[in-house]
Amino acid sequence: MAQVTLRRIIKEYEGGVQAVKGIDLDIADHEFVVLVGPSGCGKSTTLRMIAGLEEISAGDIAIGGALVNDIPPRDRDIAMVFQNYALYPHMTVYDNMAFGLMLRKFPKAEIDRRVKEAARILDIGMLLDRKPKALSGGQRQRVAMGRAIVRDPKVFLFDEPLSNLDAKLRVQMRTEIKKVHQTVKTTTIYVTHDQVEAMTLADRVVVMNHGVIEQVGPPQELYHNPATRFVAGFIGSPAMNFIPCRLEQGGAGLQVELPGGVALPVPAERKARYTAHQGRELLFGIRPEHLTEVRPNDHRDNMAVFEAVPEVVEPMGMETLAHFRVDGAEICARLDPATPAAPGRKLPLAADMAKMHLIDPKSDKVL
Amino acid sequence: MSATAARPSAALPGLGRKIGSLRRERRWALVTAYISLVIAAIFMLGPPLYMLLTSLKTSAEIADLSRSPWSISTVTLSNYAAILGDPMFRGFFYNSIIVTVLVVAITMVISVLAAFALARMRFFGSQVLATGVFLTYLVPDTLLFIPLYQIVGGLGLLNSIWGLVLVYPTLTVPFCTWIMIGYFASIPKELDEAALIDGAGWMQMLTKIFIPVALPGIIAATIFAFTVSWAAFVYPTAFITQPDSMPLTIGVVSQLIRGDTFAWGQLMAGALLAALPPVIVYAFLMDYYIAGLTAGATKG
Repeated sequence: MAQVTLRRIIKEYEGGVQAVKGIDLDIADHEFVVLVGPSGCGKSTTLRMIAGLEEISAGDIAIGGALVNDIPPRDRDIAMVFQNYALYPHMTVYDNMAFGLMLRKFPKAEIDRRVKEAARILDIGMLLDRKPKALSGGQRQRVAMGRAIVRDPKVFLFDEPLSNLDAKLRVQMRTEIKKVHQTVKTTTIYVTHDQVEAMTLADRVVVMNHGVIEQVGPPQELYHNPATRFVAGFIGSPAMNFIPCRLEQGGAGLQVELPGGVALPVPAERKARYTAHQGRELLFGIRPEHLTEVRPNDHRDNMAVFEAVPEVVEPMGMETLAHFRVDGAEICARLDPATPAAPGRKLPLAADMAKMHLIDPKSDKVL
Repeated sequence: MSATAARPSAALPGLGRKIGSLRRERRWALVTAYISLVIAAIFMLGPPLYMLLTSLKTSAEIADLSRSPWSISTVTLSNYAAILGDPMFRGFFYNSIIVTVLVVAITMVISVLAAFALARMRFFGSQVLATGVFLTYLVPDTLLFIPLYQIVGGLGLLNSIWGLVLVYPTLTVPFCTWIMIGYFASIPKELDEAALIDGAGWMQMLTKIFIPVALPGIIAATIFAFTVSWAAFVYPTAFITQPDSMPLTIGVVSQLIRGDTFAWGQLMAGALLAALPPVIVYAFLMDYYIAGLTAGATKG
């Protein structure tokens, strides 16, 4: 049993600056939760408060049902993996992993069994006699994870563990972390600024911004039903397009009127949701993957077709990105690579209006 | 804007120079470095060499002003034999060793603990205290020996090596603490946080993580404390007047200069013997001193 509960957690630094502004979070046993957000959003501070490395200014933290507000890190039964690995440079890999167990006076045979087992899981058995300086970045990261695994703690805490690795290794270690979690199933809290890491690893993603939680939910939920403009723009790559618009009653029902005279019909099933906002200035949000080339014999429902003139065309191989402007707003569309798109040439585009979002610019909430 | 735009073009002629110029500049730098080093070496090594030559001469030859002082006709070890055969000089040696070993031990215990606290435990006034420690080092011993004479005298420790053991740390502790603060501060914060989470207390963190990782710094501080207490001159001159409590530094000078009679050969032999231990210590510990143990602690 190792659920983690945060209640109205506040972190205030000297001078009254609030890094974390009263957040609530419930993390279930065995769950993999990722805190994600831009730098300075309070995600690392939150993690460090759970670890006990930072004092909390107000609120309660419970691990496994026990209040840990005033309990030192060593008695919280947690293990942490740091961004820069924080391996003890004078110890061998074996001793690095065994250190925590030796301090807790585990019997030698038990330490040996656990270290060997962790080394097997992480595939670092042949490195046990080496010092950290003789390891590559990825190997050091594995050892840092091994140090956490051998402790068999209630909770794993990861503080941007992949940020120091190169792109290729990062993808590889990401899979590795997921594999380890599937094996040991320990409750995990993982901090990153990379939304791809968050999406791929998490059971649930916690999006933070300016010290508050914007939204909590499974990755797909955040992707399809973002609660705020920030989440809509943060999750997904390339980011969602936002275009200022007006919601008006047209001949065939509600329609989104974009600057430049383009009017896109709102799907009938959204009518009830949006009617109250008729006549207002709103933000129209649509992901690049829902803005595609017009396909011949395309009979999908809710497709709205309009013309645009791309400024830049980026062939990516599996797809082509076309960038154009609507009244100053930069818009990106994802096209099939076979589409004959060229900068400066008119291109008919199809918007999948079933995937559209409308955002209230006053509250930044998705309607 | 125009000024910044003009700068690259002004730098451009440098690009047009012959490709060999880099090699030429490097050779120039090497030549200059060697010339400076040779001058420095002559300057530094001249006196010890002169001492060595003098210590190997007989008194008659030293007194013979008709020959070049750099030449030597009959090599004799009699000066060394006289020094080493004299129980009083062996006593000086013994005193120096006792004082130095104790002072180094006291210094390292105090300054490692103090530096750890000042570098890692944030408490009220820790910054001021750290600066204050360094400032005390700036007060010269030539200024301090008069008030210290009163204190040592008040404690009844004049003419005792224990008086020296008491006052030398005032010279060594501030500087060693300062060196150690710098070393401890360079250890990444995550390392103690990892140890904290692994279950270490402050003392375990110090002994199991900080001291091994900061070993080069500790050795540097040890060398410093050793050199200062071995070579201290002002304090023993002031506090010790009886030969049986004298360390080597003042023992050699006070016992081999009688009025205006200088036993030059023995004086030089004694001074060279006194200088030997620091040389040996440096020779052995220099590798440790240079080796960077922190490599690989974090991303590297």
